[in-house]
Amino acid sequence: MYQERLKIDWWTVAIYFAIMLFGWMNIYSSCYDEAHASIFDFSRFPGRQLIWMGLALLTAAFILLTEPRVFSNTAYHIYGIVLFLLILTLFIGEEVNGGRSWIKLGSFKLQSSEFAKFATALAMSKYLSAIDIDLKDLRTKLITLVLIAIPAGLIFLQHDTGSALVFLSFIFPLYREGVSGVVLVVGAAAITLFVLALLVNKYLLLGALLLLALLYLFVWLNKRSSRDYWRMAGIYVLCAAFVFSVDFVFHHVLESHQRERIEVLLGQSDDLRGSGYNVHQSKIAIGSGGLTGKHYLHGTVTKANFVPEKHTDFIFCTVGEEWGFVGCTVLLVLYCWLLQRLITMAERQRSTFSRIYGYSVASILFIHLFVNIGMVIGLVPVIGIPLPFFSYGGSSLLAFTMLLFIFIRQDASKNQLL
Amino acid sequence: MSNKYAERSQVVRIIFLVVCVLFVGRLAMLQLFNPRYKELAEMQSLRNVTQYPARGFIYDRHGELLVHNEAVYDLMVVPSMVPKGFDVNYFCRSIGITREDYDERLKKARKYSSYTASIFMKQISKEEYAKFENKMFRFKGFYISQRTLRIYDRPIAAQVLGYVGEVDQGDLDRDPYYKRGDYIGKSGLEKSYEEVLRGIKGKKVMHVDAYSREIGPYQGGAFDTLPIEGANLYTTIDADLQQYAEELMANKRGCVVAIEPATGEVLAMVSAPTYDPNLLVGRIRGKNYTELNKDLAKPMLNRALMGQYPPGSIFKVAQSVVALDLGVITPGTGFACDKSLVGCHGHPSATCVREAIKMSCNPYYYHVYRRVIQQGKYRSPQKDSQYGLTVWREYMLRMGFGQKLPIDLPRAGMSKGNIPDTAFYNKWYGKEKWSFSTIYSNSIGQGEVTVVPLQMANLAATVANRGYYITPHMVRFYGPDSTRNEEYYTRHETGIDRRYFDIAADGMFDVVHVAGGTGHRAKVAGLDVCGKTGTAENYGNDHSVFIAFAPKDNPKIALAVYVENAQGGGGTWAAPIAGLIIEKYINGEVARKEVEKQYREVNPCQPLPLQRRVKKVKKRR
Repeated sequence: MYQERLKIDWWTVAIYFAIMLFGWMNIYSSCYDEAHASIFDFSRFPGRQLIWMGLALLTAAFILLTEPRVFSNTAYHIYGIVLFLLILTLFIGEEVNGGRSWIKLGSFKLQSSEFAKFATALAMSKYLSAIDIDLKDLRTKLITLVLIAIPAGLIFLQHDTGSALVFLSFIFPLYREGVSGVVLVVGAAAITLFVLALLVNKYLLLGALLLLALLYLFVWLNKRSSRDYWRMAGIYVLCAAFVFSVDFVFHHVLESHQRERIEVLLGQSDDLRGSGYNVHQSKIAIGSGGLTGKHYLHGTVTKANFVPEKHTDFIFCTVGEEWGFVGCTVLLVLYCWLLQRLITMAERQRSTFSRIYGYSVASILFIHLFVNIGMVIGLVPVIGIPLPFFSYGGSSLLAFTMLLFIFIRQDASKNQLL
Repeated sequence: MSNKYAERSQVVRIIFLVVCVLFVGRLAMLQLFNPRYKELAEMQSLRNVTQYPARGFIYDRHGELLVHNEAVYDLMVVPSMVPKGFDVNYFCRSIGITREDYDERLKKARKYSSYTASIFMKQISKEEYAKFENKMFRFKGFYISQRTLRIYDRPIAAQVLGYVGEVDQGDLDRDPYYKRGDYIGKSGLEKSYEEVLRGIKGKKVMHVDAYSREIGPYQGGAFDTLPIEGANLYTTIDADLQQYAEELMANKRGCVVAIEPATGEVLAMVSAPTYDPNLLVGRIRGKNYTELNKDLAKPMLNRALMGQYPPGSIFKVAQSVVALDLGVITPGTGFACDKSLVGCHGHPSATCVREAIKMSCNPYYYHVYRRVIQQGKYRSPQKDSQYGLTVWREYMLRMGFGQKLPIDLPRAGMSKGNIPDTAFYNKWYGKEKWSFSTIYSNSIGQGEVTVVPLQMANLAATVANRGYYITPHMVRFYGPDSTRNEEYYTRHETGIDRRYFDIAADGMFDVVHVAGGTGHRAKVAGLDVCGKTGTAENYGNDHSVFIAFAPKDNPKIALAVYVENAQGGGGTWAAPIAGLIIEKYINGEVARKEVEKQYREVNPCQPLPLQRRVKKVKKRR
């Protein structure tokens, strides 16, 4: 068997490095304290993150040295192990803020939900890449849904709603593999209706929707069949039901802190000391950065603890405050470049498994980016998930590294794989 | 199924791209087009800490410390920084207040401003603060600001020293230097030397964290200024004399002003009743202030400057020198004691000015004043009186009467006294409707003439100096450069010949030393005290007045003693008190312990009519 030279996509590796190093610099700054300036102080976050970065690089190297087929062959095993870990976490996990999502391993803590993302991506890719699978079958759709829903549900039970929401990202690979685009439209419509239902009078909203429907039927459509009427009527009733259920969901299903976060986002609550505090402070931190920022290590809002979780979920505040608009834009460009590159790479795969997995990687990173930065700049309700490769946290850095490098490994020998 | 849906990759790409562009747009909104966030960031992470300078100390003329400072602590709060889950009960227990009190105070602070610091609890003593100092880090939103309070080792000269209080709206409007909660001199020397004593506030710009802890200077302290300590005042007061005079005036109403004639330096200024200046310091001030203010005897009033009284017979000294200088009488002029003109006590007629002063003969001064007022320049007695009054008034003004003497104490509330002019009587009686016969009461210091006790003491000093005075003042110099006010080193000449003052001084010597003199009780063995009694008629009992200086040559002290509504004339109460003060000052020690005891504890003053009694009288009418 001849061994082809590995064609590692060094651009992707370089972007990965750039983001990770920039992230570490910001972790160092967010926790900066003249009395403890050493970067090798392993009792503090920057020092610990250095260890995690070392481990991440070892893992990356290890993945690059393995046979590419290993991952597709062991996908279900990995999936099974992670499910087991998730269940285990529910029982032996350490309780933090009412949720159990951490397993304690000596002095380090492991967040099993981080690893569930790439495990699910592997399992789904494996399942959908089988020869006899067709996404048009209802059975296939259901099994795929179950594959995604089990880990998401377990994570939801850990009270880590943010990480559970990440599993929505699989909409993108599924769409790419042929699931109807209606899924995306319905998703977008549902979010829009949900927001409007909270902001606008419900009857006004229903009236507007009716107007929209009539406009569509009588102005837009040239030929109308009775089927169109029935279909439109059905959609309208569904929308109406959804609008009325929003109230119920909002007041009875969501927890109070989630409700408050949504209210804050929609500008219906401006309790700047309570639920609105975090976003208010992160906006102050970022906004006060201006065009070029306050210079490295000179942030005031983040460093003075006004911003919560300044080294993890709200790390982007430090970028905004110290590097300004320029720094933020550079970071966003890096992420955007990475995402586009991953799509390009996915599209050039010869194996279906690799392509689906590639899309999954890009989508998972995208959702994190969307939710995390969206939250910090006040476009998305506060949902605590990390910024990939950037936020402090060993589990997430390791898991994202595995997620990415498994794909880089697949890509490196794409010609061998079918 | 391979690449059937490859074109869908474009949709995914566009979604990813749109989100990134959206974010960049939002960041531009936050960072480039909204300056508010910069302000908010500064507002919450920087704190201007005012550095209060220590207020200057006040010393007496011998360098004894009269007023100094004591550190106290203000507990400050930034309401918006108090976290939601704040353990109020623990906090209240630690600083020793009730829950209701806490709510009340926080409400007040929030009313002022939620985002800037205001005083939560003021003037916490060092001992109290020590009890919760180590817990401060747990009280997020609260911090401590150090201030100083006045402290008086000897409870003397309350009205002269004045007190310090929080600035009011008027102060804030007048001078932007002051900020709400600052302290300012409210009365006395604290007020008139406010700008000397206060120093200059400094400022520190500090970084604070979310728990409002200070984490370091902003930009290495580039915007900080150091406070400049207040300058010290070196007053003219003789603390021992002041205390002694206050003791003599205890249980009485009235005042004492003692001046060093050669320099115009005020040695003692007593206003009775007085109070312990320590009462108007710190958290007890509010309550005590109300109490003192309610007192009908008005202990906070500085009678020496604010009271105006009829001078009574002491005015005869001034009348004598004026008439002599005008030449309307000679030192040897005599007048019969004709009681039909104006009442008098039993004594032989005065044959010269010196005797007239000694015996304080009322009819004599009726004649003297008539000659001053009606000099015969005009045929019409009315016109003649107008001329005479104008000339007379000129003299009186030159002797410091009828005006606020520019002493270095607050001018607000100070009395001018009254030396009536022609306009005054024209308004009172009508133009040319008055003449000497209308205003003759002025001759013996009754009638429309009123003077301020400081002016009386100044008259004594003027006679002591034989014709000039130096504006009485309370401060010799201040600050590290020993700054002095030149005004207090210039002589104010009366323009009256020195010889006439010699005659007045002789008369005043006789008052105390010669048989038949009205002021023999002021006699001090071994000292030639010169004095003049006065008994000022008044509603209620007469005021007892005495002015004096000693020794006769090269006088060291000149003073006025005024006892309100005393039972007995000037010779009975004011003269012996003046004698004791002179003895104390010149000899350093009072040998006449019996006399001292006799006057120290007695209250000769008629009780003040209570409001209720006044009402009853009105009803009966």
